[in-house]
Amino acid sequence: MTAPLLDLRDLRIEFQNADGVRAEALRGVDLSVNPGEVLGIVGESGSGKSIAMMAFLQLLPKGARVTGSAKFRGEELIGMAPARIRRIRGKAIGCIFQDPLSAFNPVLRIGDQIAEAIRLHDRTVSRRAALKEAVDLFEMVAIPQPERRVHQYPHEFSGGMRQRAMIAMALANRPELVIADEPTTALDVTVQAQILDLLADLRRDLGIGLVMITHDLGVVAGIADRIAVMYGGRIVERGPTDAIFYDTAHPYTAGLIGAVPTIDGGGQLRQIDGTPPSIFGRPPGCSFHPRCPRAAAPCRTDDPDLRPAGGSRCACHFPLVPAGAAG
Amino acid sequence: MLAYILRRLIMIPFLLLGVASVSFLLSQMTKGDPLAALVPERMMSNPDIVNAVKAQWGLDQPLPVRYVIYLGNLVQGDLGTSFSTRRPVATDIAERLPATLELVVAAMIIGTVMGLALGLLSARFRGTLFDSVARIFALIGSSLPIFWSGLILLYLFSVRISFVPGTGRLPPRVTAPPDVTGFYTVDALIAGNIPLFLQALSHLALPAFVLGWAVTGVITRLVRSSLIEGLSLDYARTARAKGAPERTVLVKHALPNAMIPLLTILGFTFAYLITGAVLTEAIFSWPGIGSYAVRAAASLDYPAIGGVTIVGSVAFLLANLLTDIAYAWANPRIKVH
Repeated sequence: MTAPLLDLRDLRIEFQNADGVRAEALRGVDLSVNPGEVLGIVGESGSGKSIAMMAFLQLLPKGARVTGSAKFRGEELIGMAPARIRRIRGKAIGCIFQDPLSAFNPVLRIGDQIAEAIRLHDRTVSRRAALKEAVDLFEMVAIPQPERRVHQYPHEFSGGMRQRAMIAMALANRPELVIADEPTTALDVTVQAQILDLLADLRRDLGIGLVMITHDLGVVAGIADRIAVMYGGRIVERGPTDAIFYDTAHPYTAGLIGAVPTIDGGGQLRQIDGTPPSIFGRPPGCSFHPRCPRAAAPCRTDDPDLRPAGGSRCACHFPLVPAGAAG
Repeated sequence: MLAYILRRLIMIPFLLLGVASVSFLLSQMTKGDPLAALVPERMMSNPDIVNAVKAQWGLDQPLPVRYVIYLGNLVQGDLGTSFSTRRPVATDIAERLPATLELVVAAMIIGTVMGLALGLLSARFRGTLFDSVARIFALIGSSLPIFWSGLILLYLFSVRISFVPGTGRLPPRVTAPPDVTGFYTVDALIAGNIPLFLQALSHLALPAFVLGWAVTGVITRLVRSSLIEGLSLDYARTARAKGAPERTVLVKHALPNAMIPLLTILGFTFAYLITGAVLTEAIFSWPGIGSYAVRAAASLDYPAIGGVTIVGSVAFLLANLLTDIAYAWANPRIKVH
């Protein structure tokens, strides 16, 4: 097995609110992404899926305390000096954000923003050359009339085109890893499919590792090699995509799968009752137990560890498939 | 854009008509009697004199007639004759407006440069000692009354240490440079008279600083808060994710966005100061519009009051127009039609 591109070990994030109350937003996450692999991270808002990625890039607001280890190409990112991690951000690791309208600077031309991404990492590139590069990138992500489009402002793009431009910007310096944080959430369903196709194509053509963060299992179903499901600041199940879908072990994953609409399924969508816990009011034991149909006595007191179950690893006292060697 | 500007310019005379009408009516509704300004008190009992004065100034005409005459004169650029200087108000104002403009422009330059610099630095180093000092400096500037800060600074820098000369635009018995722009500093430079330029500049420095300090306060706080807000927005995170260092995020990303609210405040402040620099002008014996307005109001000099009102309104309307144009230029999301 090749060395992982990104390797997270026991990653933890602690926040302090205005009253000085501390809370753990991320409670020990282990994850790895291999070169050229697509990892889907799935969970509801507040599950910790986005901040896990922002944490090792040092993009969290001040006041967040990050511990644990995050190695990128074998190099530790946690505690890395700002000047050094800046050379990795946007160069070897590209980011795609959820809402491309607010993620672009509204008063700067899109082409200039992409050119900036290039020139931040290579001062020898002239503005003109960087803008030319932006045109090529626009072609790569299939934005029509790229020469004209690079001179436009973000508000002059449609949502789908904006997200394509955002992808172009993330790819500007040929990164080895791209982190896509809810890249399709702000888009229409038909546009979503186009963006997912584009990401799948780019990943195949460029061989980049891709982390897809989403609340929608349906989004990662067709693209991810492996999936990690997060709840309450922890990973509750992780494994190969097929195992997650066809050999579901965690009741929460099962709930998420039940909430994905299907074309032939008909009938009513099943929802998971209740709401995810706030990081300041997490229940003891397994944080999913108040909403879990299988919850029993141990769930209220003991937080289960990730253990092999079916084809994946699952943190549940009563998994839906028998525990077994896998993972 | 051009059509938009033209349309806005065409609107201005109509807006001024409204302003002139309101100011005319308001001045008629005040209790004060303009005759008191025109007729010496001991002659008030002589009906012949009073009637003659009334006829001379048109005060014997009924209100609607006076209104029509006033507007008719206004259209021809005639703002009437001042009761107290006995000269055309337009001439008085033309003489005094450049002094005010020079003071206000200098104050705006000082205020904008200092405000932007302090705002940028305190946003960059927020929470540090520098931030606190800059904010206190800004707070003092915007909250100290000018009649106090002006007097104290005048005392300190002119009386105690003679760092700058006293009041007025030039030392006594020094002839003003040939009139080109009406700005003594600029005109002295045009005339190639460097010593005169330095004299004019040193007279301008303190009042411009006092007025500019107040402007600095407003701008520092606005710039600082807009920048800090900008730094927390998604586009700033994107810039950091691209590998931009924090000062690039601040200057290249947050600052252009902060310019949008700043332009609005700058335009408004400039217009306000044209007639609002009264206290500074009074303390520094600056022969501008503000001191003229105060004197006019004190002596119920209706034509002069009306003239100053019109000038102030024009300043506001033009400043608003310029602000809107600058706003559209700074904010690509705005399209003017």
